[in-house]
Amino acid sequence: MINIQSLDFRYPGSDFHLSINNFTIAAGEKVAVIGPSGSGKTTLLNLIAGIIAPRAGSIHVGEAQVDQLNDSQRRSFRITNIGFVFQDFELLEYLSVLDNILHPYRISKALKLDQSVRQRAVQLAKQMSISDKLKRSVGKLSQGERQRVAICRAMLTNPDLILADEATGNLDPNNKAHILELLFKSVEDNQATLLAVTHDHELLPNFDRVIDFQTFYGDRAS
Amino acid sequence: MMDSLYVAWHYISFYKIRTLILVACITLIGGLPLMLELILDESEQQLRSRALSTPLILGAKGSALDLVMNTLYYTDAVPEMITLSAAREVADTDLAQPIHLYARFKARGFPIVGTTIDYFEFRDFQLAHGRPFVMLGECVIGHELARKLGLGVGDTIVSSPETVFDLAGIYPLKMNIVGMLTKTHSPDDRAVFVDIKTAWVIQGLGHGHEDVARIKDQSVIISRDEKTVTANAKLFQYTEITSDNVDSFHFHGDQANYPITAVIVVSNDTKSGTLLRGRYVDNKNYQIFPPKEIIDDLLESIFRIKAIIDTVIVIVGFATLLAIIFIFSLSLRMRRQEMQTIFKLGSQRLTMVYLVGAEIAIILIFSGVVIVGLLGMVSVYVPEIARTVVLN
Repeated sequence: MINIQSLDFRYPGSDFHLSINNFTIAAGEKVAVIGPSGSGKTTLLNLIAGIIAPRAGSIHVGEAQVDQLNDSQRRSFRITNIGFVFQDFELLEYLSVLDNILHPYRISKALKLDQSVRQRAVQLAKQMSISDKLKRSVGKLSQGERQRVAICRAMLTNPDLILADEATGNLDPNNKAHILELLFKSVEDNQATLLAVTHDHELLPNFDRVIDFQTFYGDRAS
Repeated sequence: MMDSLYVAWHYISFYKIRTLILVACITLIGGLPLMLELILDESEQQLRSRALSTPLILGAKGSALDLVMNTLYYTDAVPEMITLSAAREVADTDLAQPIHLYARFKARGFPIVGTTIDYFEFRDFQLAHGRPFVMLGECVIGHELARKLGLGVGDTIVSSPETVFDLAGIYPLKMNIVGMLTKTHSPDDRAVFVDIKTAWVIQGLGHGHEDVARIKDQSVIISRDEKTVTANAKLFQYTEITSDNVDSFHFHGDQANYPITAVIVVSNDTKSGTLLRGRYVDNKNYQIFPPKEIIDDLLESIFRIKAIIDTVIVIVGFATLLAIIFIFSLSLRMRRQEMQTIFKLGSQRLTMVYLVGAEIAIILIFSGVVIVGLLGMVSVYVPEIARTVVLN
């Protein structure tokens, strides 16, 4: 599903340097990435999603070679193939729960918003136990509920790949386990691949594989 | 595009106060000059049409503007008085027909215009109901006055005392409404028309009282001889003119010396008008002129002021425009996180432009609707506004 070869990335004006020789994740795998802050975990997710581009190397996601796509193509690829769950949820306060879930369809011509999509949004909300709050403003939701909305939004396009950047970082322990359970179930139902950055070591047994940046990519300078 | 409008609509309706401020600013920039233009156009039209339909005005020396405004629009500023003899002098020249006016008193805030029935013909008044005044104490009211006060033929209206606390001053006179004019879209719609003698009765120059020759209460009589009976202030004076007491109303002295405010001079032809004006060139008491001259001067002053106001509006508009651009750019700065999210989700650059464009479009459309609504409201009341703002 994901294949990265000889990747080299630097932020302009910074001495941060991410270098990966070989990184592979198979389709359907649930992989956790751990490592100290500043080790490049979020940068890796952004590179895979095409939000930033590498200086050298190749990034394959499914059939697409992300590093070879232009900006417009990378955006289209991202919105149709990747579901991103952000650490701070990044929901829009002025939209209702349902409108936040449907938001990718409202901001992309590559996606067509029809009745079936609406039904799927409601279905996802049911799975996440927030179907009774669809018309509510997201500003009135708890942290856990907001994270569920963010997961629904990421899952709505039936993406092949889910990228989760510390998706449970802002949640209390009870909520963490529950949200992760819901995320896993959703990923399995959609036969998607999950790459999650986390700091919560107690959650790691739930993943198929754990990659520790410090251990496996010691040649990276940061 | 519909999706952009949908998201933009939710954004602007969520941030209501910011939206309202923007709409208010845009409405101010766009609507104010248009409303001002509307009011000034109406004022100009009202001022010019009335002035053009009045060939010459004769009045006392002094403020020509007060004379014109009082004669044409029955404004509160009463010019120096002249006497009825001035009208008779004009008639004696055989060059013109004089129509005298006495526009000094008020009834419930509306002007009472003392004149003759010739004035009705001159202004081409049409009666919606009733008949013209024929008897002392009768009046004909304008359309708007009738509507505002809910009065009609058969009702009465009382003249207002000039000063409330002046016990020795003018007593209110109850006048019978015998006619109502059709709408004229002019100051006549707000006036009470009476015979000049009724106006003099209001002033106290004419009065009616019990017949002192037949009075039974002798305490009223001060002295009595074969020719004259002198009564004291106890003598009952009528405050309403009825068919029973109308014969008792009378005027003392020569009516030629009774006051009027102006004479509308309808010259036989242009030459007669010019000749007549020539005769008054060196007159120390009177002035005669076409009101158009004064109104043109007035309009020139108004439009000079308008030019200043327009400049101020342009400056304020420019400042407000800068403020709007500042608010929008500030808003975009504050929404950087949101824009980043949309970008991270995979939105194209153009979509962001659409989103912001849709917000601007909705705010502009909303402001446009408010401006059109305000203009609609102003246009309904513009004759009244023009009268209040410019004529008063």
